[in-house]
Amino acid sequence: MRANAALIEAIGRDPHFQTLVRRRTRFALALTALTLIIYFGYIAIVAFAPQWLGVPIGGGMTLGIPIGLLVIIAAFVLTALYVHRANTQYDALTRQILEEIK
Amino acid sequence: MSLLRSGIAFAAVILLAGASCATAAEAEAGAHAANRSAIVMFLVFAAGTLLITYWAANRTRSAADFYAAGAGISGAQNGLAMAGDYMSAASFLGISGLVFASGYDGLVYSVGWLVGWPIIMFLIAERLRNLGRYTFADVVSFRLEPVSIRTLSALGTLTVVAFYLIAQMVGAGKLIELLFGLPYLYAVMIVGTLMIFYVALGGMLATTWVQIIKSCLLLGGATVLAFLVLVKFGFSPAALFKAAIAEHPKGAAIMRPGTLLSDPISAVSLGLALMFGTAGLPHVLMRFYTVADAKAARKSVLYATGFIGYFYVLTFIIGFGAIAFLMNDPANYHVGPNGAYDKVTGLIGGTNMAAIQLANAAGGSLFLGFFSAVAFATILAVVSGLTLAGASAVSHDLYLSVIAKGKISEDKEVRVSKIAAVAIGVLAVYLGFIFENQNVAFMVGLAFAIAASCNFPALVMSVFWSGTTTRGVFIGGLLGLVSSIAGVLLSPAVWVKTFGFASAPFPYDNPALFSMAIAFGGIWLFSKTDKSKRAVLDKAGFPAQFVRSETGIGAAGAIAY
Repeated sequence: MRANAALIEAIGRDPHFQTLVRRRTRFALALTALTLIIYFGYIAIVAFAPQWLGVPIGGGMTLGIPIGLLVIIAAFVLTALYVHRANTQYDALTRQILEEIK
Repeated sequence: MSLLRSGIAFAAVILLAGASCATAAEAEAGAHAANRSAIVMFLVFAAGTLLITYWAANRTRSAADFYAAGAGISGAQNGLAMAGDYMSAASFLGISGLVFASGYDGLVYSVGWLVGWPIIMFLIAERLRNLGRYTFADVVSFRLEPVSIRTLSALGTLTVVAFYLIAQMVGAGKLIELLFGLPYLYAVMIVGTLMIFYVALGGMLATTWVQIIKSCLLLGGATVLAFLVLVKFGFSPAALFKAAIAEHPKGAAIMRPGTLLSDPISAVSLGLALMFGTAGLPHVLMRFYTVADAKAARKSVLYATGFIGYFYVLTFIIGFGAIAFLMNDPANYHVGPNGAYDKVTGLIGGTNMAAIQLANAAGGSLFLGFFSAVAFATILAVVSGLTLAGASAVSHDLYLSVIAKGKISEDKEVRVSKIAAVAIGVLAVYLGFIFENQNVAFMVGLAFAIAASCNFPALVMSVFWSGTTTRGVFIGGLLGLVSSIAGVLLSPAVWVKTFGFASAPFPYDNPALFSMAIAFGGIWLFSKTDKSKRAVLDKAGFPAQFVRSETGIGAAGAIAY
């Protein structure tokens, strides 16, 4: 690995690398924050306003059922969003970096 | 290979003896027509998985084969296997039982078990794959001093594995005792023997396929069960909910949150433990090394999140189905002399048997037998994953790096791992025996709290913060480990309900909110104040680690572009 010190420094200075890191970090942190907000928002409603989730929405259903399901679906959709962006944008940037150091 | 062959034959003999013993017990009790079909189906599963183990053993040569299945598992397969590691019998039976007992609260609880997966995706998965080879300690010790870091990581891994294993073994013994009519100790021994075979002989390849088969069985079985429930109500969830409200003693209250999360601090603390504990479970993290590259690691998490989310939706339907199907039939209950019965706690086998009883009520005794076998397979898969993670921590982290300082051959390392797997298996049986009559329900929560307070902070801080030093991670991680264990032991659920003391020194049921703060704060503080020579080295190593964690450049076989 030590022989690669120059290579690592070169990659570190590569504008594509900096773009990759900046974009991915921003997106991953935003999605993490969103996951935390959705989940702990849900928990806050459960803890402080449980009656609100018990509001009937017809047919024996309450508001809590679709909201709970939405939290589950959101977990999957946010994960899929990240995977999609990584497969398209981030992998392309990584490939470019690899090309440059060849 | 003759040792392997005779070993497999030995396992088969143990199983057959167990089966005949169960048949004898069944004849004595004269009950449970489902037992026989359950036993036959389980024997088919056991025979199939032992064949796979034999196949896998012949393909497991190097350390990379043993720990990581040669990184030859596909993303979709690994996603199924991760779901298999995660969906324990305890979570399936426990959550459907919770829905049965209190309705909506079960959904609140299951959501918490899912939201850790997106976090793994955003923060952990790709970096873990890019930086490590076999255990998560590879990542933490990438630039930090390996002896102390691997000691800490192995400690974190083994404590999580120990508590998780005890809970699974005791649950397994009780469940199999009930479903198969096997004596408790015998059930625990069968589980222990099979998991030793899978792990010690077949390594990660066999363990992965056991997980995949179990996931398919569990997801398939739960789908059929939910389908049978919905058929009865013309595929109208509203009709199912109406019927459940009419049957349940709590009435319409089952459609909204109850008293599960009445204390906000405990609720947030539990949420943190579930969310970040998932991202610190050693047996889940280890699975990222079984795939070829970061792209496949991402695919694994996406599949796992989808399967697990789907599974919890099914569990919710199954719980409500159990209310609608079971509560109006006294045959499912312990009935008092006056014909009265408690519709929740009176259920035969307890509320955790709601899904199993529903399988019988909705699908008949053959389906009950199938479900019992699935429950057995589920337990086996989870304990195998745990055992492999524990054995890897012993051989790869403790023996190779801490004791031998890297100076042993790969063959010897794998041999140590196999011996460790046998030892962990024997120990698990022994612990299962000791804890038979103890309340071990808190131990899974404890395992998650430790994973969130020791493994997760060590991983995140070493990967993301350039200022992290060896001393910081070692002391901070240790503080997180100790405070999470102390917090659980001193909590009302353990100190009062299990140990029988009058009042609990720590007022909340889950310590993660505090122990995670202690761990992260500790790592920060003891890194900041670290003026040692090692600290200079630690920080100097960050740029190289950062480039590799973000791009995978230099990782073993991690790039397949």
